[in-house]
Amino acid sequence: MATESKTASGDFLNNLGKVYGIYAGGFLGFVILLAILEQLGLPDRVLGYLFVGFTILVYAVIGVLSRTAQVSEYYVAGRKVPAFYNGMATGADWMSAASFVGMAGTLYALGYDGLAFVLGWTGGYVLVSVLLAPFLRKFGAYTVPDFLAARYNGNLVRFLGVIVLAACSFTYVVAQIYGTGIIASRFLGLDFQIAVYAGLGGILLCSMLGGMRAVTWTQVAQYIVLIVAYLTPVVILSAKNYGIPIPQLTYGQALQDITAREQEIVAQGLNVANTLKPHITPFLTYDKLNYFALILCLMVGTASLPHILMRYFTTPSVRDARKSVAWSLFFIFLLYFTAPSYAAFAKLEVYTNVIGQSLDQLPAWISTYSNLGLVKIYGVTLQGLAGTIGAVKAAIAAGAADMASVAATLQSKGLTSELAAWSANVDPVKAVVFDAVKANAAITAQEIFNPAIHAASTAAGNTSGLLGHSGLSIDNDVIVLSTPEIAGMPYVIAGLVAAGGLAAALSTADGLLLAIANALSHDVYYKMIDTHAPTARRLVVARILLFGVAVAAAYTASTRPADILAMVSWAFSLAAAGLFPALVLGVWWKRANKWGAIAGIIAGFGICVYYLVGTRYYAVGFYEMWSGLSGASEAAVTKFNDLKAAFEGAAPEAKAAAWKALDTHAQAIANWFGVRNISSALFGLPAGFIAMIVVSLLTAAPSKQMQDFIDEIRRPKGKELMEGGNLVREVH
Amino acid sequence: MAGPDTEGHWGATSRLMWIALAVWAFFSFVIHFFVNSLNSIVILGFPLGFYMAAQGSLIAFVVLLFWFARRQDQIDRQFGVAEDD
Repeated sequence: MATESKTASGDFLNNLGKVYGIYAGGFLGFVILLAILEQLGLPDRVLGYLFVGFTILVYAVIGVLSRTAQVSEYYVAGRKVPAFYNGMATGADWMSAASFVGMAGTLYALGYDGLAFVLGWTGGYVLVSVLLAPFLRKFGAYTVPDFLAARYNGNLVRFLGVIVLAACSFTYVVAQIYGTGIIASRFLGLDFQIAVYAGLGGILLCSMLGGMRAVTWTQVAQYIVLIVAYLTPVVILSAKNYGIPIPQLTYGQALQDITAREQEIVAQGLNVANTLKPHITPFLTYDKLNYFALILCLMVGTASLPHILMRYFTTPSVRDARKSVAWSLFFIFLLYFTAPSYAAFAKLEVYTNVIGQSLDQLPAWISTYSNLGLVKIYGVTLQGLAGTIGAVKAAIAAGAADMASVAATLQSKGLTSELAAWSANVDPVKAVVFDAVKANAAITAQEIFNPAIHAASTAAGNTSGLLGHSGLSIDNDVIVLSTPEIAGMPYVIAGLVAAGGLAAALSTADGLLLAIANALSHDVYYKMIDTHAPTARRLVVARILLFGVAVAAAYTASTRPADILAMVSWAFSLAAAGLFPALVLGVWWKRANKWGAIAGIIAGFGICVYYLVGTRYYAVGFYEMWSGLSGASEAAVTKFNDLKAAFEGAAPEAKAAAWKALDTHAQAIANWFGVRNISSALFGLPAGFIAMIVVSLLTAAPSKQMQDFIDEIRRPKGKELMEGGNLVREVH
Repeated sequence: MAGPDTEGHWGATSRLMWIALAVWAFFSFVIHFFVNSLNSIVILGFPLGFYMAAQGSLIAFVVLLFWFARRQDQIDRQFGVAEDD
């Protein structure tokens, strides 16, 4: 394999182009080989295993060959990573499972409004390059809190920095490991829990022995896999449907067709529930305030996330750090400007061949994803039906004679999961399943799918026998995953997509884990606990902490925390409000001092956390305290008061349900000026800046020594101000 | 450290920063305020307002960053504070 030349580091760095060229060629050859094997009759399952197994093996080999015993190699890859390759590594570091699998789905669902994510997750790199990365590179730290500690002399600011870093990175890494579990379980048929720990193994192999050095070179390899995997299906689809293999160009035609089809759907009366949001019409989901607030928070958050900033610590020079940010954005751009074409092609397919079709003639891919519970027709899935059949069998075996007694029977036997499966259906669907099982105990979900969706459709008020717009709901992940199948491509392409999604999740998890573990080992252990620790011990501690954090993250992921995906989007606001003012003013405003930074971090981060937690978990109290600022309409306020009265007057056994209704409604109106909590940095960011500026001005200016120190950060020429993780000369 | 014109360098660097941020703000926010009017212009099937958010601004960011890296390097060299090649 190409990675064998890794053993001699100098040779390797001089031959990067050749090494990764051979690797990319080898990967393409591998894909072609599998395509041939598929034609020869190799089963899909085996293909999936080969894809995932081979790619993970390659990452692991790179990780092991990049092992190191030097502190600077472990923390910053020896500062030898060329701008171009660091750009690729940053691309893989940045693009997570959510970008790879979920983003196109978000664009499918939200249309224009979803583009806030596309803009927000790219434009932030302008801030990285212009305001931060080159200066942090010149400073020469190992971690972001290291810079804060030196600039705002003291471990108090360092410690606050570590807290913000851990808060925004940990949920994010849990979500990545969760993502690996989902992808591996879906494509390999592994049990979710086992898949999570298998993913953990892959992550540790890539990062533990070689730290930043190993993560860098595996991320480059992972970028190549993920971008090939992302582009291939949609390029084939574009060539097939429009004759030009440039989907980013041809989806303009699809947008026109979608708009035309949307009008037909409305004209045909298929939009009875009024759920259709025209794809290109702006501000239907987010109002203007929320749309632009979201873009701002995602951008500033991008510029403050430590796992991204620390990638620019690895370039050979300040000049390369700037070039490297440009390359990073280029490589990220390749994926993000393709995502809207996935969404457009998928939407055109759905609007043409699914919605408005007879319920008896839905395309085959619908049932594939219905089996996984990811596509619902009027709330019905094959997965759900299979569960319901099981529940009915259990109830009949336990003596239930008619439909009405099923729930009570299951309850009395303590069969809670069966009861949940049964209760998830509307009554007409329950009747279909019960009668079918009663008549034939061996009936399959597939056989009763059509009667079930007809029953559900009628119950939803649709008697046309055609699938209406509101009748179809598609999970975000399906858009990218189903494209190969929709376009009738061989399974090998689907396997490629799985390998790409896995590469995206693993590479982001690696970068995040390293950011957290390095902050703990370097900032907390070496700088705050044992400042005289010898090199060997520092590296041992770094590896133990990396292992510990990884296991904690995998354990958290294996419990399937319900809120994890929502919490990831919070990371951007937390990082923006907590770190951005202290970082930017640290470089650009000499007057900023220690007390200002402390006040800024506490105020920015504190307000953000207060808003996030308040609006999500204590919505009723939050709304009552701030009702004057809420953007709630009069009708919503009335509804809140009614629900509140209902809760207070409810009988003890009905209290819980009444509270739930009240809380759910409160979450929609607990806000300041209607700003959604995903954009909470809209309040935290100004609060951080104001607190920092006011407190800095009220306290003593930084010393002359510190001012000179800032001057030096601003000049690219000259040596770094830190060496081996210690300041070259002390600044007070 | 005497020699290089530190203040001149920082002045030029700050000016470049403001220019870059102005371009950034234009393509991040300002142009999207006009999405509805821009959508009446259609090129290759793309309504222009949609296109700017989906591709146009992204391309502008990439070009801006490569230009910025070159321009800042010129400034560093001009004031004698660039790193050795």
